[in-house]
Amino acid sequence: MAEHTNQEPIIICEGVNKWYGEFHALRDVTIRVRRGEVVVICGPSGSGKSTFIRTINRLEEHQRGTIIVDGIEMTNDIRNIDAIRRETGMVFQQFNLFPHLTVMQNITLAPIWVRKKTRKESEAKAKELLERVGIVEQAQKFPGQLSGGQQQRVAIARALAMEPRIMLFDEPTSALDPEMVKEVLDVMKELARGGMTMLCVTHEMGFAREVADRIVFMDRGQIMEEGTPEQIFTAPQHERTKLFLSQIL
Amino acid sequence: MTTESAHARPTNPAMVIWDWLRQNLFNTWYNSIISVLIVALLFQLLSTFLGWLLTTQGWVAVLKNLRLLFVGRYPADQVWRIELVVAMIALLVGLSGGVWKGIVRNLATGFGLILSVLGLLAFTFPNDGLNPFITPPIFLLGSAALVALGVWGGSRLAEAARIPLLISWVLLYPIAILIIRGGVGLPIVETNLWGGLLLTMILSSSGIILSFPLGVLLALGRRSNLPIIKGFCVAYIELIRGVPLVTVLFMAQLMLPLFLPDQVRIDSVLRAMVAVTLFSAAYLAENVRGGLQSLPRGQTEAARALGLNPVQTTLLITLPQALRAVIPVLVGQFISLFKDTSLVVIVGLIDLLGIARTIYSQAEWKDFTGGVWRETLLVVALIYWIFSFTMSRTSKKIEEKMSVGYR
Repeated sequence: MAEHTNQEPIIICEGVNKWYGEFHALRDVTIRVRRGEVVVICGPSGSGKSTFIRTINRLEEHQRGTIIVDGIEMTNDIRNIDAIRRETGMVFQQFNLFPHLTVMQNITLAPIWVRKKTRKESEAKAKELLERVGIVEQAQKFPGQLSGGQQQRVAIARALAMEPRIMLFDEPTSALDPEMVKEVLDVMKELARGGMTMLCVTHEMGFAREVADRIVFMDRGQIMEEGTPEQIFTAPQHERTKLFLSQIL
Repeated sequence: MTTESAHARPTNPAMVIWDWLRQNLFNTWYNSIISVLIVALLFQLLSTFLGWLLTTQGWVAVLKNLRLLFVGRYPADQVWRIELVVAMIALLVGLSGGVWKGIVRNLATGFGLILSVLGLLAFTFPNDGLNPFITPPIFLLGSAALVALGVWGGSRLAEAARIPLLISWVLLYPIAILIIRGGVGLPIVETNLWGGLLLTMILSSSGIILSFPLGVLLALGRRSNLPIIKGFCVAYIELIRGVPLVTVLFMAQLMLPLFLPDQVRIDSVLRAMVAVTLFSAAYLAENVRGGLQSLPRGQTEAARALGLNPVQTTLLITLPQALRAVIPVLVGQFISLFKDTSLVVIVGLIDLLGIARTIYSQAEWKDFTGGVWRETLLVVALIYWIFSFTMSRTSKKIEEKMSVGYR
């Protein structure tokens, strides 16, 4: 995948720290993600990987350190936060579709209200995206009428409708029945091949091996090890990484 | 069809009933005795009640006081103004029924039917001769016709009429109050003359219409991050919820004038309206807050991650879902508000229930054997029931409709 990535970093995290009360959730997390790079973050539960990915669009606030996304520094200024959120799409473990809106309305909501596009324009774009994720025929249904895999694909389309430069995936397949995992991963692979910058928290090691440019292994709020899939899978350096991989592979 | 023989049903309906009776009411000797006793008791009660219902002469008290019952002491030569308001409502209900179909049309049909039945009954009513042009039957049947006309017109206009209709509904309340109260060319009818069903409807509809936005704002305020707003909302809600409605009414009627300068006189109906609204808003706020809290956190997170600002997130995502979730509770609250308006009697306003008391204590019925209070109260109860039942059925229908495709 390295051919379409260039060296310019789009996400810069320097010494990011976060505490929940006494609990030190993130310890000096430092990472640079280049434009077009696909980074998979893995690690045992409670290792802070979801917390970390959520600090990038400020769903979690970090207390120390710097986060710069696409040249915008994350501060308490609501304008900066909103600017960063417009550049980043997020896909959640629990889909978090809006149950009172149809699939079409779910996707067009943010383009209309945030990007101030016309309804017509947004609907055309939404149709295109639904075609891309393979469920254009469900556009007028409500999320509750779709299967988990379909819902997650709608959620991806919804995030893409804002034309983000970065996509954050927070365990996108963990809440799915096994037979639906593939359909979601296929969409994500296609997205990765299209040159999207992606940060994925996932346990899908097959996916990581196939599309990731880099794998980051986290434990107890720290980045323990990072490298290409090749390095991580064949020659992990750290004891903790070896143990983790032996347990899930 | 293979299981048919195993669960074969007798085809004779009489047999089905007989079997059911045998299995459920006469399966043991003591059950048989209990069944017979209960049937005898029910028969006794029902026959006495029906006998009274059909033979009593007391209905004449209600019939002679229909105007009092519906509009209180509102001057007879001005009653056409209330009829005008009812006609406007009839037309709007009809149009809405035609445009939105479904539940709204059922409501319109029900409203039209009630008006028609009352209209037909009205031919037998004694005419007080004050309103020679618009007699009750003409007015009631005319309104029913307006409902029908509205449904017909509404279904022809369809989509195009939605926005104008919504605007008309919003404007209806102030216009109706203006017509009923007068001013701007119409002689003013002081609110102390308002009474009966008119007063009950005005108090409860004001309570519902005004407490809804206020309650939603209080609920949002209570969840606010700003300490002053949050503190104010919490204090308000807890204070109001901590006292009975009667206290709030008394405060509004008796205490308020003490604090205000002598020149400022606030009308007593207005004061009751304010009291009912403020009281209801506190409860509504807690119900709406319950709805907001029942939403998973992911909803707000997804909205914020998409770049929607807090106001958009509330208006487009959380509030619509929260309100849907609490519709049954809200309707329940509106029903109790509607009935609670009868408490205004204690601050000297004469609502539907108050009028009933006025009617059955009239000197005319002094010598009437047994009095006429049963008949009067029964009619009043029936009126309360029709409104409450309509509200509760409608809420049930809305719930059913919204559960489709919605988890």
